[in-house]
Amino acid sequence: MSETMTADIADHPDARPAADERDRSNHKASSIEMQGLHKRFGRDTVALDGVDLNIRAGEFFTLLGPSGCGKTTLLRILAGLEEPDAGSLVVGGKDITEMPPHQRSVNTVFQSYALFPHLSVRENLAFGLKMRGMPAAKRHAKVDEIADFIKLGDLVDRHVDQLSGGQRQRIALARALICEPDVLLLDEPLSALDAGLRSQLQVELLRVQKRLGMTFVFVTHDQQEAMVMSDRIAVLNGGTIQQVGPPREVYERPVNAFVAHFMGHDNLYPISARQGDRLTTALGELTAEEAGDGELLLIRPETLDLLPGAVEGPNHLTATVTERLYRGSHAEFRLAIGDTTLQATVNNRGRHLPEVGETVTVAVAPEDLVTLSE
Amino acid sequence: MSYPGAVPTARSRAMVRETRHLLFTVTPGALWIFIFLVLPSAYLMGVAFMTNGPYGLPQMPLSLDSFERLAGVGFLGWSPGNLYTLLRSLWQTLVSTLLVVIIAYPVAYYITTCREKWRPILLLLVVVPSWTNQVIRAFGWMNLLAPGTPLSSLAESLGLVAPNMGLYPSNFAVTLGLIYNFLPFMVLPLYAAFEKLDTAQVQAAQDLYASPVRAFWHAVFPQTLPGLLAGTVLVAIPAFGMYVIPELLGGGKGMMLGNLVANQFAGSSNWPLGAAGAILMLIATFIGLFAMRRIGKRLGGGEEVVI
Repeated sequence: MSETMTADIADHPDARPAADERDRSNHKASSIEMQGLHKRFGRDTVALDGVDLNIRAGEFFTLLGPSGCGKTTLLRILAGLEEPDAGSLVVGGKDITEMPPHQRSVNTVFQSYALFPHLSVRENLAFGLKMRGMPAAKRHAKVDEIADFIKLGDLVDRHVDQLSGGQRQRIALARALICEPDVLLLDEPLSALDAGLRSQLQVELLRVQKRLGMTFVFVTHDQQEAMVMSDRIAVLNGGTIQQVGPPREVYERPVNAFVAHFMGHDNLYPISARQGDRLTTALGELTAEEAGDGELLLIRPETLDLLPGAVEGPNHLTATVTERLYRGSHAEFRLAIGDTTLQATVNNRGRHLPEVGETVTVAVAPEDLVTLSE
Repeated sequence: MSYPGAVPTARSRAMVRETRHLLFTVTPGALWIFIFLVLPSAYLMGVAFMTNGPYGLPQMPLSLDSFERLAGVGFLGWSPGNLYTLLRSLWQTLVSTLLVVIIAYPVAYYITTCREKWRPILLLLVVVPSWTNQVIRAFGWMNLLAPGTPLSSLAESLGLVAPNMGLYPSNFAVTLGLIYNFLPFMVLPLYAAFEKLDTAQVQAAQDLYASPVRAFWHAVFPQTLPGLLAGTVLVAIPAFGMYVIPELLGGGKGMMLGNLVANQFAGSSNWPLGAAGAILMLIATFIGLFAMRRIGKRLGGGEEVVI
């Protein structure tokens, strides 16, 4: 990511078009307000420890975190499959904290898809409509409509056990979408698929959401997936929300060490002394543009430039290459500065890529340095 | 030009080999079935259409006498004793199977909701009673239900039975005995069906606007149907031909088809009548199986229900 792009983060926190500017179909979108949600399982397991969160109407919102962080519990509370011990949940201006799941205009794509094996694909798709009392002829037309929208083709007339994983995933999505809910919940819907199919369906899911303008709440433990899909991300840990923001903000300006680590950052260094914007760490002395008052310095590997040889200059550090992973489009370096290691990612523009053992100079721009709290 | 059969080709030799192989593997089983199933059944069928002779042995000419007697035709006109036995068998089978379903369904469901380590123990508790001999268990029920026992006294004081009659011997005792005897045969297949069920499907149904009752009816019940049908076959067919329980708990007015058949071959000695009863039992079984298959196919969404 180039420096100029990083610089305009502050002006445009969200690179995507805002939710209300988007192409809308006839679907209504609802906002979600959660306040003080607590949930405990058994005596000692705290799943949610006071969650306040607002999700905007028409937003693709992702709950991101490691397993056991409470993201699935939060989703199940939204669906009504779990009841919070405390707190309130308002969807589209209506308090639904105590409403049973079958009365909520909220539908879920389950991780295991949970298709009904005793029903045909068509009956699976029509299930929600049937339960709502829609007459058969109208249901049939609706199924054809959604099958056309999700491009299911002749899958509709098959039996569930004749479907592949990717096909099941799409049927599960169609089965939830067909009811035109206020909010669609997705519980790690792509986690069972292989990488290729997964990225294909990520794009497909994103397009569907943009076309419908429906509020999507997506649960995943994969930060890459979260960044690709989301308008905004909430990072959860230990039943509390660590940070909420657009993908770039969460990735480039993590608020604490947990978020930084979870977003894939390893270059974190305790600040031992500071003088204005001059920060001293185990790497040496570096100048940051807006240091902030965090006690950890984050250096993102892709913001570093590697210059051959030892070059003097501001924010220049001399390092030795200890490891090089060539990845085609880019290369990853592990560098030693004294006893401290630093990782750097360099785009492969056909220039010289330093070898292991070579002495290099690491140059970092002051505006790319971020501090964060423990 | 080649003449078929003139020279054995590689292909025809392979076919001969395969045929010989088939003969070797199939013949013993086929012989077994023929000698021990087809021949006796054919004999029974033949006997059923013969006339009752001296000492109850079958003799010519062929006739429909036995079937007429089962239908209620006696020597002196209308004599519905046998017909009542037949109807009683059907009724007892129907009632006991229905009650077994009503009891076993929640029991099987309950076991699947228990922790995994408890499930084998609970299933064992369901099965353990059937390790005791059926006759001994029937005697146990006699002791529990005989006149003067607490249960009988309670029933008498509530006016459910006539004074000093007790709950045994009676049709009620037979029904109870049948339920007790066949319960495990329903619980086990139902448990297997419940265990296969993904609980996420129940939640999916509720998520898709099904109330708890409708979620059960539309998402759970159809998936337990194969287990239910298998259990019904395992319970209803042996119940229909049951001998021991009505013999011990039913008394004279609690007789079922199995007792009728047994009596004809032993006590009152009328082989053709006994054979006719046995044939009827066989026919009823086939009709039952066929009906189950049809029901299974219709409700199981075209899926074959193996019975």
